[in-house]
Amino acid sequence: MLEREKDINELRNKIEDLRKFAEEKKADFSAEIDVLEARLEKMKAETIVNLSPMDKLTLSRMVERPTSLDYIDKVFDGFIELHGDRKFGDDPSIVGGIARLRDMAVTVIGQQKGRNTKENVKRNFGMPNPEGFRKALRLMKQAEKFQRPVICFIDTPGADPGAGAEERGQGEAIARNLMEMVNLRTPVISIVIGEGGSGGALAISVADEIWMLEHSIYAILSPEGFASILWKDSTRAKEAAHKMKITAQDLLGLGLIDKILPEPPGGAHTNLETMATVIKEELMRVPFKTMLNDRDGLLDQRYAKYRKIGAYLE
Amino acid sequence: MFKINKVFKKPHYLIIQQNTSQEGQAEKNQEVQPALPAIPNGLWLKCQNCGETIYNKDFRQNHEVCQNCGYHYRMNARERIDLIMDTGTFKEINPELKSVNPLGFEGYDLKLAESREKTELTEAIVTGYGKIHGHNSVIAVMDSRFMMGSMGSVVGEKITRAFEYATSKGLPIIIFTASGGARMQEGMFSLMQMAKTSAAVAKHNQAGGLYISVLTDPTTGGVTASFAMLGDIILAEPRALIGFAGKRVGEQTIRQKLPDGFQKAEFLLEHGFIDKIVSRDNLKLTLSRLLRLHIWP
Repeated sequence: MLEREKDINELRNKIEDLRKFAEEKKADFSAEIDVLEARLEKMKAETIVNLSPMDKLTLSRMVERPTSLDYIDKVFDGFIELHGDRKFGDDPSIVGGIARLRDMAVTVIGQQKGRNTKENVKRNFGMPNPEGFRKALRLMKQAEKFQRPVICFIDTPGADPGAGAEERGQGEAIARNLMEMVNLRTPVISIVIGEGGSGGALAISVADEIWMLEHSIYAILSPEGFASILWKDSTRAKEAAHKMKITAQDLLGLGLIDKILPEPPGGAHTNLETMATVIKEELMRVPFKTMLNDRDGLLDQRYAKYRKIGAYLE
Repeated sequence: MFKINKVFKKPHYLIIQQNTSQEGQAEKNQEVQPALPAIPNGLWLKCQNCGETIYNKDFRQNHEVCQNCGYHYRMNARERIDLIMDTGTFKEINPELKSVNPLGFEGYDLKLAESREKTELTEAIVTGYGKIHGHNSVIAVMDSRFMMGSMGSVVGEKITRAFEYATSKGLPIIIFTASGGARMQEGMFSLMQMAKTSAAVAKHNQAGGLYISVLTDPTTGGVTASFAMLGDIILAEPRALIGFAGKRVGEQTIRQKLPDGFQKAEFLLEHGFIDKIVSRDNLKLTLSRLLRLHIWP
């Protein structure tokens, strides 16, 4: 948890104590309570104004941060989870299935972190194996067949770098997804809800629009890994986080994402309902029907979107 | 001295038995001997793989493959082009594209300047077209000497343009990969090149174009996880390191030692991720035969 959050919690507890005390003693402390509550509101507001890239990195990784399944539950109706890549197995670090966005059937795919240590072990800390990416691709192709829009939630430290992943072709699985997603003949919206880590995040985020929650991050590599590669010193992560331009605000400025979704004061975890409503309302504004009616145009636009990315001199 | 002169006349027969036995003795005696004084610098090399002393000129003639153990050394882009393309047929495209420093990353400009000077290349890839045993093809060759062959905006753009050129002219494209992955200094611009190049592969596929990727030592990270693994046919050089995550990253993350031979070309062949391992002396012939098989009579 962030330092500032601790202060806020402390203050909140103080107010509660004061209320109880007032009740017990039948005394009137309402003036004092009002002052403290005003201060609490002000502190909550400040936490979102002055976050450094490192604060955002911490926030995006917090175990309290809502996960894909939390949002799927709140944003969509009647989610039916579908499992397996039909080749090797079922990867619990990627969840996917069919649901309704109000009256429209959509395919939802998300990287799933655990909400505690035990769950995180099951979910492999949200680090997909090749079978996870292949499951995602299978569900996307299914969506294409039935002309359902695809909504992807991005939240991963990165693809699993272990021996099993290498044996089963981690590189191939990611590459295949990139190539297939560019050509998927149905609308795709990707939303970075927490940590967008490297190729593992990219592998399910090639989309017509990429959105990021206000305090989420999207990076080529974890700032720790970045610092250890470039400076041989993983303790310089804070400096790396700053220089790598990983925040939603930086990436919008560089033209690499399309939209930032505002988080409730204090961050998404302080009010899941509000955050889910924001996501739902934004999704409702996407003209999926129009996009589905001109799928050639949709693909041309998606290709153009990626074709133009790059900074160079000619 | 006399022997060495003889050697110059017939480099073909040079198997320096005498020297190796001396070296073996030295090792047995646990003596550290200085390099043999009578031999001019650069004339002899010691194979880093088998330890055999090899004659530099032979080594070059053998396309930087150790005659003793068959170890394939890294080749730079110009050497690779000389090896593969018919003499005088190669024409470079987009040589003028230059990297900028989009994140204003400290030290990146200097690093680029150093690499340019060291390699006499503008970037970590050379793209162009020419003939291979008479067959026209677009080729792109990565060079690991230039910032570990990492893919930033320029590498991504040059690959994309090479694909577009091939697609528009109805030509096949062959890419020789040699890369540590995405270029860290360009941050998310680099990561997005993975999507951009994969999109270019997709366009080429739709037009029915042939794409052969040849994975050479080393091919890792963002290059493995994009265009390298998307060839219609994927070849690799013997014992080339090919993988997604670096071995060190993998070991740190899963806290276990990874086996020897892990992430080598042979490992990928065994697991079904590449089509064929081709030694360097056979590479041009293999490619030209494949190209010929994709021509309508």
